[in-house]
Amino acid sequence: MLKRHWSERPLVQLTLVRVREFVREPEAVFWTFIFPILMTAGLGIAFRSKPEAAAKVAVLASAPAASATAAQLTGNRLLEVRTLDDSAAARELRTGKVALVLVPQSDSLVEYRYDDTRPEGFAARRLVDDALQRARGRRDPVTVRDSRIRERGSRYVDFVVPGLLGMNLLGSGVWGVGFAIVDARRKRLLKRLVATPMPKSAYLAAFLLSRLGFLVVEAGVLLLFAGLVFGVPLRGSLPALALIALLSALAFGGLGLLVASRQRTIEGASGLMNLTMVPMWVFSGIFFSASRFPAAVQPLIQALPLTAVNNALRANMLEGASLAQVAPELAIISAWLVVTFALALKLFRWQ
Amino acid sequence: MVPAVSLRALRKAYKDVVAVAQLDLEVPPGECFGLLGPNGAGKTTTIEICEGLTLPDEGEVRVLGESWQGNGRALRERLGISLQETQFSDKLTVGETLQLFRSFYRRPRPLTEVLDAVQLGEKRNGRVGQLSGGQKQRLALACALVADPELFFLDEPTTGLDPQSRRQLWELIEGVKRAGRTVVVTTHYMEEAERLCDRVAIVDHGRIIALGTPKELIRSLDAEHVIEFRVAGPTSLTSPTSPTDKDLLALDGARSVRQHDGRYLLESAQAHRTVPALLSLLAARGLPLEELSTHSATLEDVFVHLTGRQLRDA
Repeated sequence: MLKRHWSERPLVQLTLVRVREFVREPEAVFWTFIFPILMTAGLGIAFRSKPEAAAKVAVLASAPAASATAAQLTGNRLLEVRTLDDSAAARELRTGKVALVLVPQSDSLVEYRYDDTRPEGFAARRLVDDALQRARGRRDPVTVRDSRIRERGSRYVDFVVPGLLGMNLLGSGVWGVGFAIVDARRKRLLKRLVATPMPKSAYLAAFLLSRLGFLVVEAGVLLLFAGLVFGVPLRGSLPALALIALLSALAFGGLGLLVASRQRTIEGASGLMNLTMVPMWVFSGIFFSASRFPAAVQPLIQALPLTAVNNALRANMLEGASLAQVAPELAIISAWLVVTFALALKLFRWQ
Repeated sequence: MVPAVSLRALRKAYKDVVAVAQLDLEVPPGECFGLLGPNGAGKTTTIEICEGLTLPDEGEVRVLGESWQGNGRALRERLGISLQETQFSDKLTVGETLQLFRSFYRRPRPLTEVLDAVQLGEKRNGRVGQLSGGQKQRLALACALVADPELFFLDEPTTGLDPQSRRQLWELIEGVKRAGRTVVVTTHYMEEAERLCDRVAIVDHGRIIALGTPKELIRSLDAEHVIEFRVAGPTSLTSPTSPTDKDLLALDGARSVRQHDGRYLLESAQAHRTVPALLSLLAARGLPLEELSTHSATLEDVFVHLTGRQLRDA
């Protein structure tokens, strides 16, 4: 065996190929690095924290005490009151332009029409009722003072950034590994490679090594942007965060490997990738908490790798949780890592 | 001397299609051996079994004296392979692709030497996606050359190339032959086999139906010339005055006759006697000759003679 320069080793060359193929594909660079930032910016702006806007309510013009009631409510800064005729009121209530319609039957009887499954309907009912009861003479026994606290880490953007990071790790793991392998198989490049003395393990290890390289950039850029622009906190230790991200990237790489282990066509692989990822996008708590789903399906949802990743990232970033505190999540991620790799290596077809 | 390739009673079936049926073959070292046959004849299956990429259902395979069981890695060090239709990554450069393949071998040839050998030195920093078909095939050959192997397996190295690129590849393969390496090449181009190969096996339906040097195979026809002709008129082949096979075989020097695509193919041992006899036969029947050509018999004619089919439409 001749001594050779480190750069002439198969693992180094195969990893270089992965990096070169990736950076020479502008679309891949966009979806991996730029898109999550645009997404963060968009969501951060759309859901920026602001005082609740006044509740929009309407008084039915045809009701007996309409004008008196409307007059009693105007001037309240928590309410925006309009007087509407029957059809306009029904239409605006249906389309959500007003949250509640008041029908004052007499001085002592008022009907509230609202949808109690909508949060703003219920909130409007409480605001209107308070305002109306006070205007008609109710006296509150307790004096109340409001102290408003706005904490970094409890805003929507704080919630969504760890979710986007998890989603990004999932996407680049499954797509990055899956497509490259299926493409090489389709082009018979895999077959050509196994016709050489190339160590097969080096081929697969190169995917993981390159994924780790991209991970640093991918996660770093997103967290830096979120921190600088929106002040999203990083309360946990950075090495712990890095370890969570690393384990997640490897587990998702294993998922990509598994998805690509037999597919010969890009179309077939795309279908399988969507089948793998779409349920996690929905159930794993990227944009809203996974706890919104019924208790019966929670065990399933909690077992999904992306749920564990998102939970661990949020616990670290927002609550400053230690590795020990996210041990259950890390166990789930590790289990996925082991199972997907073991299965993928068993099923993998080189031709 | 240990044969470079030795196949005994090889058999491979895919579901109910028999790709290789009872195939025996021996290729001595230093020979350029051609597997010749139409598409689907079983050439690629045979060569991929030799390359250790496909497992045979039955039979014995020895490559450079070794079997594939347990020796894969060491054996691959000694082989240079070019598969049918491999697409290398478009986004890598020629140099990067070759560096990758060099990294797999213990004693690779220097990069520049290989680039020069396949005349891609100027394309070293060019993307693979920008190469012409001929350049891509030369890159594929270069990936086989980096190992400096003892034995080459080239599966249809010139399919789909223009004549000039094809000749360029032939010259490269002849260079490999001159360096004393063994080459096994599959092709469905007769002229390629005639030019490159020391010996040729004609393969059809997974069997070897003829084996020998191109000269021997052509001589086996016992007819060095093929006379092709057509008589005027749309129904010339079936009209009552048309010459029958019997009429034609009676001509001086004629050995066999075949009709294909509205024309006669008459194999002859002595064209200078057969042609005048043919002309007087046609003149006597009042049949105007529309087309007449003769050529020296080729491997194509051997294939037609053995199977009754043209290679191209087989």
